[in-house]
Amino acid sequence: MSDPAALNVAASGFEAVAKDVSDPRGAKPRRVLSRRNIFLYGTLILIAVYYLLPLYVMFVTSLKGMPEIRLGNIFSPPVEITFEPWVKAWATACTGLNCDGLSRGFWNSVRITIPSVVLSIAVASVNGYALANWRFKGADIFFTILIVGAFIPYQVMIYPIVIILREIGLYGSLWGLVIVHSIFGMPILTLLFRNYFTSVPEELFKAARVDGAGFWAIYFKIMLPMALPIFVVAIILQVTGIWNDFLFGVIYTKPESYPMTVQLNNIVNSVQGVKEYNVNMAATILTGLVPLIVYFASGRLFVRGIAAGAVKG
Amino acid sequence: MTTRQNGRPSQLFRNLNAKIASIPMILTALVIFLGGTAWTVFYSFTNSKLLPRLNFIGLDQYERLWAAPRWMVAIENLAIYGVLSLIFSLVVGFLLAALLDQKIRFEDTFRTIFLYPFALSFIVTGLIWQWLLNPDFGIQGVVRGLGWESFEFDPLYNAEIVIYGILIAALWQGTGLIMCLMLAGLRGIDEDIWKAARVDGIPMWKTYVFIIIPMMRPVFITTLVIIASGIVRVYDLVVAQTSGGPGIASEVPAKYVYDYMFHAQNLGQGFAASTMMLLSVIIVIVPWAYLEFGRRRHV
Amino acid sequence: MTSVSVKDLSLNFGNISVLKDLNLEIADGEFLVLLGPSGCGKSTLLNCIAGLLDISDGQIFIKGKNVTWEEPKDRGIGMVFQSYALYPQMTVKGNLTFGLKNAGVANDEIERRVVRTADILQIQPLLERKPSQLSGGQRQRVAIGRALVRDVDVFLFDEPLSNLDAKLRSELRVEIKRLHQKLANTMIYVTHDQIEALTLADRIAVMKGGLIQQLDTPHAIYNHPVNRFVAGFIGSPGMNFLDGELEVGVSAVVKIGEMPVPVDRYTFNGSGRRTGPTVLGIRPEHIAFGDSAGAMPFSHEVDVEIVEPMGSDTLVWTRLDGQNLSFRVDAERPLQTGDRVRIGFDPARASLFDSATGNRI
Repeated sequence: MSDPAALNVAASGFEAVAKDVSDPRGAKPRRVLSRRNIFLYGTLILIAVYYLLPLYVMFVTSLKGMPEIRLGNIFSPPVEITFEPWVKAWATACTGLNCDGLSRGFWNSVRITIPSVVLSIAVASVNGYALANWRFKGADIFFTILIVGAFIPYQVMIYPIVIILREIGLYGSLWGLVIVHSIFGMPILTLLFRNYFTSVPEELFKAARVDGAGFWAIYFKIMLPMALPIFVVAIILQVTGIWNDFLFGVIYTKPESYPMTVQLNNIVNSVQGVKEYNVNMAATILTGLVPLIVYFASGRLFVRGIAAGAVKG
Repeated sequence: MTTRQNGRPSQLFRNLNAKIASIPMILTALVIFLGGTAWTVFYSFTNSKLLPRLNFIGLDQYERLWAAPRWMVAIENLAIYGVLSLIFSLVVGFLLAALLDQKIRFEDTFRTIFLYPFALSFIVTGLIWQWLLNPDFGIQGVVRGLGWESFEFDPLYNAEIVIYGILIAALWQGTGLIMCLMLAGLRGIDEDIWKAARVDGIPMWKTYVFIIIPMMRPVFITTLVIIASGIVRVYDLVVAQTSGGPGIASEVPAKYVYDYMFHAQNLGQGFAASTMMLLSVIIVIVPWAYLEFGRRRHV
Repeated sequence: MTSVSVKDLSLNFGNISVLKDLNLEIADGEFLVLLGPSGCGKSTLLNCIAGLLDISDGQIFIKGKNVTWEEPKDRGIGMVFQSYALYPQMTVKGNLTFGLKNAGVANDEIERRVVRTADILQIQPLLERKPSQLSGGQRQRVAIGRALVRDVDVFLFDEPLSNLDAKLRSELRVEIKRLHQKLANTMIYVTHDQIEALTLADRIAVMKGGLIQQLDTPHAIYNHPVNRFVAGFIGSPGMNFLDGELEVGVSAVVKIGEMPVPVDRYTFNGSGRRTGPTVLGIRPEHIAFGDSAGAMPFSHEVDVEIVEPMGSDTLVWTRLDGQNLSFRVDAERPLQTGDRVRIGFDPARASLFDSATGNRI
């Protein structure tokens, strides 16, 4: 800026701005509170409140005593916080014959979910790998049936499965339900893994074959370590899906091994006794807690997992 | 086929490991999906009661089904619920996605909030909304408490509108997913389209309606299929919210099937009803598959 | 001695024939380049030799052994890929040793070979790194090492330099050539880059449409292309093609428009002379310009249309009988659009092709 002419130009430019605001120069003015922004964020916040309100109501209800619920407003925060409904929901609420609360259902769900998640993912990942890298004649036909089968209403297949499970002696047992979850998780999981393994450069697979690795060696040593993110997606998908299942749980297990969702429904919708809304809400939160924790902890991966349903092969 | 020299490895044992690994898939596809479906359709022509019996009675089960008031209510409910949930899911889902696509701050936070209900089961969702729609303590009670004594909002206890009460809960649970799919679709559109529209001076709403939405056709179709296949399955939500009540006012086909198979001990009727469900899915899926894959082959 | 031999190899995908009755004999220690445009089947052929694709018919021999149905690992080959194909979760050392461990090679032998390979390729400092921590050139070096460490006789390269930028490509090209001179292994190298082919190959197989068009030394392919496709594919800037009529009277001439180009000095193929529509091909660097042009058997005055300076020399575009023609001049020659200059060439250096079939005559 030692050039006097340049200084001059700069100075006159500055004057022009000072004199005439309509002569634009420099950064475009932006107002934080423009009409567009107020409308945009206002709408978003309003919708967010709508989505959050049920969770809030559930929570405050579960912390109130029954007298307060009968007199008060479901939206008002509890005057006197009590954790008794939570304790009762967990340990002593009654479902028909048993009065040991949701804890039994929780542990049943854990015992159902863990093997189901492990088995379904193990089977589907190997399957997806075989489909992506070791195509054999007819594989695509079975895969197409599998994917189309994902759209068949479960109701059509429920009873034949009952018969099959009865034949092999697993009807009513936890393992029967584990198999059912693995079967119905297979289409989406196989698609997920097949698409992922297809996206792995083919040359990598070829290099491993030249290096003398076979089907299982390539799967365990090359593909598996690379596919960890997709395994996390699959785990999220399966944990929430299986934990939230109701239909299969009620059909394929016996009352003493009902999963948490079935037990929750039995507690809340039981016709006997006085309705204890605070206990019901505590029980509802408890049942929703596992998928909610998975959801909030996984963040973007959850989105990837559910969007996987829309990914086309 | 060209002539093969001796010693060529047998076709059966080529890729043997891959074939072994695919056995669960093959079994599921053939035995459960194909076999199970065929079995159910087959037995829907029998008068199976407590146990499946091969006693054919032609279309009797279907005649009985379509004469049953309970099934008619279920079909009517499914139709109302289906059409409205399709329209609202798509519209609300798209609007939410469009709002989130405005390069806003805290996008992740908003998305997390709109999507969290999707992580909850239908049972949990149903029970939450059962409480919110409780006429004594829920929204109706609160508004009345504020002084508007004649306010009425008790969908779950009014046979006329009970299906809308279920719809509210379903939309609360499911629109987040649709939003995510739509948002992915919007993000998949070339930025340059927006730049070109801006240079051409096309207003934003017009850009959406005339350019972006037509470009998102595949996303819309996929979303439609996902919503539609979910609609036919709706079951847990009804069980949790109303157990089909009041009376039979909120019956749905999936519940009809379950009740006839496992409670009424009338398997044949359950099979016939589930075959009708299958048929309705086929009506949705076949045109879609034709559009999706048939065209791709012709290109 | 023959190292790799391909006999009547055919490959079909359904009804589509990808490779048709290919025959190829590669000598021990030979550097053979498979050259062609994308989709010509060159990579497919390499994959067949490697055993990564099952062929439909024919036989493949490596070191005299019929390996047609052998697994890739049992064929005695090492392979280098375009995308490097390094196992991302393993270190460089893990990448080098993966194949040896699968083959059950003893640990001290593995150690010895890794040291030797790292030494040859100068990658000792990289051994403990992951592929993601390497540059493109380093990755390709490791990929070559992975083939090297297998201690095999035949190396297969599938467009190994295509993912590298121009500078690195020429550096690694020299390195591969040096490696070949040092190890004297058989190398089969697929590329679409004719410079790589010409610089590296002992022999080049030019492929198109699943067929080998010409298999010969780089010199022969450059100077005596068997057809118009090979002539046009090799050489940059490309060969000029002039449409004309071959007339055989007292002496043979190709008439370009009204201009007779005497081709008595041209060596015709065995099939002998025949008259009719003919394409005369002449490389830009074989066209003389200025004073020396007059001494050529054919010369003519042309107008300069476009001048493209290329650094070391300049490419000049002109027209001969209305057909585009380019020639090379020294970068120092001050030529401008509109200049009228005399050019000439020796038809002995030209190539004549049948207009209809495109084959050399």
